[in-house]
Amino acid sequence: MKILVPVKRVIDYNVKPRVKSDGTGVDLANVKMSMNPFDEIAVEEALRLREKGVATEVIAVSVGPAKAQETLRTALAMGADRAILVQTDDEVEPLAVAKLLKAIAEEEAPGLVILGKQAIEDDSHQPGQMLAALMGRPQGTFASKVEVSGDSVAVTREVDGGLETINLKLPAIVTTDLRLNEPRYASLPNIMKAKSKPLATKAPADYGVETAPRLKTLKVTEPAVRSAGVKVADVDALVAKLKELGVA
Amino acid sequence: MSKTLVWVEHDNASVKDATLSTITAASQLGEVTALVVGSGCDAAAAAAAQIAGVTKVLKADDAAYANTLAENVAPLIVTLMADYDAFLAPATSNGKNIAPRVAALLDVMQVSDILSVEGPKTFTRPIYAGNAIASVESSDAKLVITVRGTAFAKAAPTGGSAAVEAVSGAGEAGLSSFVGAEIAKNERPELTSAKIIVSGGRALKDSETFKQVIFPLADKLGAGVGASRAAVDAGYVPNDYQVGQTGKIVAPEIYIAVGISGAIQHLAGMKDSKTIIAINKDEDAPIFQVADLGLVADLFNAVPELVGKL
Ligand SMILES: Cc1cc2nc3c(=O)[nH]c(=O)nc-3n(C[C@H](O)[C@H](O)[C@H](O)COP(=O)(O)OP(=O)(O)OC[C@H]3O[C@@H](n4cnc5c(N)ncnc54)[C@H](O)[C@@H]3O)c2cc1C
Ligand SMILES: Nc1ncnc2c1ncn2[C@@H]1O[C@H](COP(=O)(O)O)[C@@H](O)[C@H]1O
Repeated sequence: MKILVPVKRVIDYNVKPRVKSDGTGVDLANVKMSMNPFDEIAVEEALRLREKGVATEVIAVSVGPAKAQETLRTALAMGADRAILVQTDDEVEPLAVAKLLKAIAEEEAPGLVILGKQAIEDDSHQPGQMLAALMGRPQGTFASKVEVSGDSVAVTREVDGGLETINLKLPAIVTTDLRLNEPRYASLPNIMKAKSKPLATKAPADYGVETAPRLKTLKVTEPAVRSAGVKVADVDALVAKLKELGVA
Repeated sequence: MSKTLVWVEHDNASVKDATLSTITAASQLGEVTALVVGSGCDAAAAAAAQIAGVTKVLKADDAAYANTLAENVAPLIVTLMADYDAFLAPATSNGKNIAPRVAALLDVMQVSDILSVEGPKTFTRPIYAGNAIASVESSDAKLVITVRGTAFAKAAPTGGSAAVEAVSGAGEAGLSSFVGAEIAKNERPELTSAKIIVSGGRALKDSETFKQVIFPLADKLGAGVGASRAAVDAGYVPNDYQVGQTGKIVAPEIYIAVGISGAIQHLAGMKDSKTIIAINKDEDAPIFQVADLGLVADLFNAVPELVGKL
């Protein structure tokens, strides 16, 4: 079976984003960009399933600008077999991403699509569930364990209160949580090898998907900033402060 | 006036607090109908009927809805949405699992994790780990929204007297099945509604040490217990203790961070707490930039001393 892994190019998680002074968004000029961390986990899981002989091919997909090629090359360097870039400079919302992924999944017929549970920029938590809905497939979101057996997959999910395991008929959609695995680093030889792996470039129109946004961003502002308070000298001083706060 | 349908988070017997904030958000948009989906959920429906501001309760009671599998539940909601303008769910693991499935079936772009209702179709929501707040306007005919619990006051759990109406849907979709759950027994207050939270970080060394150091302080204060991702990844505590951008979002009266450095992903989950207290041996730890009260000390001395003196 094939596994499709959608990967998004996002601001690196170590960077503290700055809101642009004109309130139109966040300043991404000269900011380090990386693969969304949850998508690294998704790529890793797909690779492990291939290494176990469950999957035969891992295909990475990204929707985004030409630079998203770098993100796909990272996936290829980790070990994905080939990549598809749906190239557009427009901002593509989760619903449209899901529609594009559906079109690609219909062409490729993967047994699993593994996405991140959220991308650390928009934190929308949507494309996986939307893709599952549009394709009429089951969804295993926030996965911390994925076990394929026969024509089904057992997914252990990180839910409020603990863990839950569900069984899904294949083909299915899975979204990753942090504890699923620890992604590998691409080795230098593999980074070199990735350069010659196939990367197809498409446009949203090739799939007949309309990507005009449904949500209009009116403005982007800085949240109220907290300022540093006081340092107390010792535990006694802390106890006194806690008493003032009505505790203890 | 628009008609809203609110997903009720419950355990069949009672309604979870996250629902109450969602009802407040929904009432800012229009009339509120509460949707109780489950198996044997009469008591939860009765409790929902008492929430102030709820004008009607729809109850879908079916064995197929016992574990709120999204594949079974989403089609029910989509059918009901023929009569509503907006569907709102708390941004809990259930809400985040189900709402986007509903949105896609309605061909709607969901507005996730809203912080405020600015107009009939305009909302604010956090982006970039809460380092920016976007104000967004939807152009969709119907709205699908998830609500950040800490951003809205809780509706009063009593005072209402809505009628309960039974509804049914297609039930079993035949795509997924529930296998089992490992829900950690926790005697302490739930993180999302606790008044005080004590959280521990990587500095706590291991599960035993975490218990020995953090739990007595939490118990003394009647507090809930949280953790950083590092502490959860290292197995000190279960996953649902994680506070942060990708864990639970909390805003208690008092948040005590013990041996936590204060990475932006952690701050994203707790920086709206009323008073933040940090105990860390590194005086330059970023957590001190947001802490109202900081104690630079070795936690292994400071915390037991604090427990003794409280
Ligand atoms: C995609 C992604 C999502 C993430 N989501 C989250 C999230 O939701 N929540 C979250 O918390 N993190 C999250 N993180 C991780 C985050 O970036 C940090 O790595 C993490 O918060 C660090 O945890 P920590 O503060 O416990 O550990 P550290 O950063 O290692 O800090 C330990 C602190 O303990 C102090 N210390 C050590 N010994 C003592 C002692 N004896 N006494 C007192 N102080 C001591 C040190 O000075 C240090 O400040 C995420 C990261 C990524 C990439
Ligand atoms: N532009 C994109 N290209 C490829 N995958 C995406 C894109 N946007 C979102 N995804 C996938 O959807 C997941 C959740 O993203 P989101 O809910 O948008 O924050 C990501 O982890 C990716 O797997």
